[in-house]
Amino acid sequence: MGSLLLGLGSGVIGSFTVLRKQSLLGDTLAHAALPGICIAFMLSGVKSMGLFMIGAIISGMIATLGIHIITSFSRIKQDAALGITLSVFFGVGVVLMTKIQHSGNGNQSGLDKYMFGQAASMMLSDVYLMGTVSLLLILICALLFKEFKLVSFDPGFARGMGLKVAVLEQLLLLMTVVAVVVGIQAVGVVLVAALLITPAVAARYWSDALGVMVILAGLFGALSGVIGTLISSTLSNLPTGPVTVLSSTSIFFVSAVCAPGRGLIAKWIQRVRNRRVIQPNIESVGTHAVLQRTAAVERSTE
Amino acid sequence: MGDFWIILTGSLVAASCGILGCFLILRKMALIGDAISHSVLPGIAIAFLISGSRDSFLMLLGASVFGLITVFLIQLLQRGGLQGDASIGIVFTALFAIGVILISRNASNIDLDLDCVLFGEIAYVQWDTLILNGYDMGPAAVWMLGGTLLVVLAAVGLFYKQFKLCAFDPALAAAVGIPVALFHYLLMGLVSLSTVASFESVGAILVVGMLIVPASTAYLLTDRLSTMLVYSVILGVLCSAGGYYAAKWIDTSIAGSMITVAGILFLLAFIFSPLHGLVARFAKRRRLKRVPMPLN
Repeated sequence: MGSLLLGLGSGVIGSFTVLRKQSLLGDTLAHAALPGICIAFMLSGVKSMGLFMIGAIISGMIATLGIHIITSFSRIKQDAALGITLSVFFGVGVVLMTKIQHSGNGNQSGLDKYMFGQAASMMLSDVYLMGTVSLLLILICALLFKEFKLVSFDPGFARGMGLKVAVLEQLLLLMTVVAVVVGIQAVGVVLVAALLITPAVAARYWSDALGVMVILAGLFGALSGVIGTLISSTLSNLPTGPVTVLSSTSIFFVSAVCAPGRGLIAKWIQRVRNRRVIQPNIESVGTHAVLQRTAAVERSTE
Repeated sequence: MGDFWIILTGSLVAASCGILGCFLILRKMALIGDAISHSVLPGIAIAFLISGSRDSFLMLLGASVFGLITVFLIQLLQRGGLQGDASIGIVFTALFAIGVILISRNASNIDLDLDCVLFGEIAYVQWDTLILNGYDMGPAAVWMLGGTLLVVLAAVGLFYKQFKLCAFDPALAAAVGIPVALFHYLLMGLVSLSTVASFESVGAILVVGMLIVPASTAYLLTDRLSTMLVYSVILGVLCSAGGYYAAKWIDTSIAGSMITVAGILFLLAFIFSPLHGLVARFAKRRRLKRVPMPLN
């Protein structure tokens, strides 16, 4: 149940991040959450999911701020900035984590669970917390759907309409951070990016309308969450996170191959049809130019 | 002696990663390094399952193959009309998931530790020595990393001009007859090779940091590619030495503190670089303001 809601929530948020070309932001945020979690643990000395989430959210926000500063005040590009923040934050996190382990606190054993996640062994209260947060995310998305849509596609126009673009962008960012932090519990630091990206990209194959895409992405995410949890709880020795990710990757593959309009099969049919339309012209004119144009048409349909 | 070997290992990693990182950053492919370092995991796992031992050469081979598969898949998805970063995200998470499943399914009878793959254990480098004809030749990892560095140096040295042109202007490179795709895959092959060679000793995350952070720092310090390469290597060596002593001082993970030092160096360059730093920018703006506006 927890992973269903989680998949739903992160799929919905993910479609916005993918459309805004920030897919790998999720990956960076997940790595950047580690020092926050460690600091929360060091300060409080207890393992409480709520505190960890607050710590992770704070360090995630610092990381996004860092990326923003690096890209806007130097000539370093977005991708390198993401990589720098990711590895440096994670490095600091690892330093803190080993520090905690060396300090011999008997309570620390659960911290490394964050690396790979363990949805199957979560406590009931954790599930409730995750479910509530995911529901909250979905609710905000539903309420502000029109605003988010405008901001994602045409920020300039949104500003012209009198929307507070900066505030909305920050809100979307904050929601991404929250989704990532919740996702870490279930699938772990490395794989949480897949929860955001893969369902959204798969949904993109099926629809051009944002509303449909968001709903589909949520469904795909929920489906892969359920499949992953079921498989990993029936077979022994299978961690939940990777199975969830692989089931959403298979959904992606199915979409990439058979989606109408954009899928491989649909494209192939389109190409054959194009050739049939153009072929008679080539025979009657028979010039090199037409041949080239056929190639151009084929390329443009791809 | 232990100190020396650990710092040497770190420096070798830093040198080969630093050189390759410069090209990755210039081609705006920094995150492909991240993707490769994660997705070589199934290659390592499969090589381990087949051979049943931690035979470094086989692992190197398996992982390099998977590195190239990753690059190929990413390109395939991109050509299919997907955004670049989205396709990177899909490919590496899927491959990493396969790797984790492979390892945890067989976790009971093998001693391949996930933590070790992710974080590395540079502190143990000195115990795993290569013994040739009864002589102790020093740590095996040093030999492997040294070999990798030689390969990287040879490839970049031989084809420096070609790599440079491909990095700055792929279209021109193609026009003058350089096989751009070939060099792309050569670069990617080198990246996977050094990622994998560094894996055992320093772990996946440190590799990403070593690829990107020193090279970015160097990018802020100079405008010449050759200088950038040299700076990046020097910075990498500084990080590994500084990181080691810092880790010893506060008793923590060596790999993590190397990256932390790299991050601090980057921050310093970001603020104080004479060419592109914040201070330099600010000073330049002040100077420009003082110059009277020409009337025209």
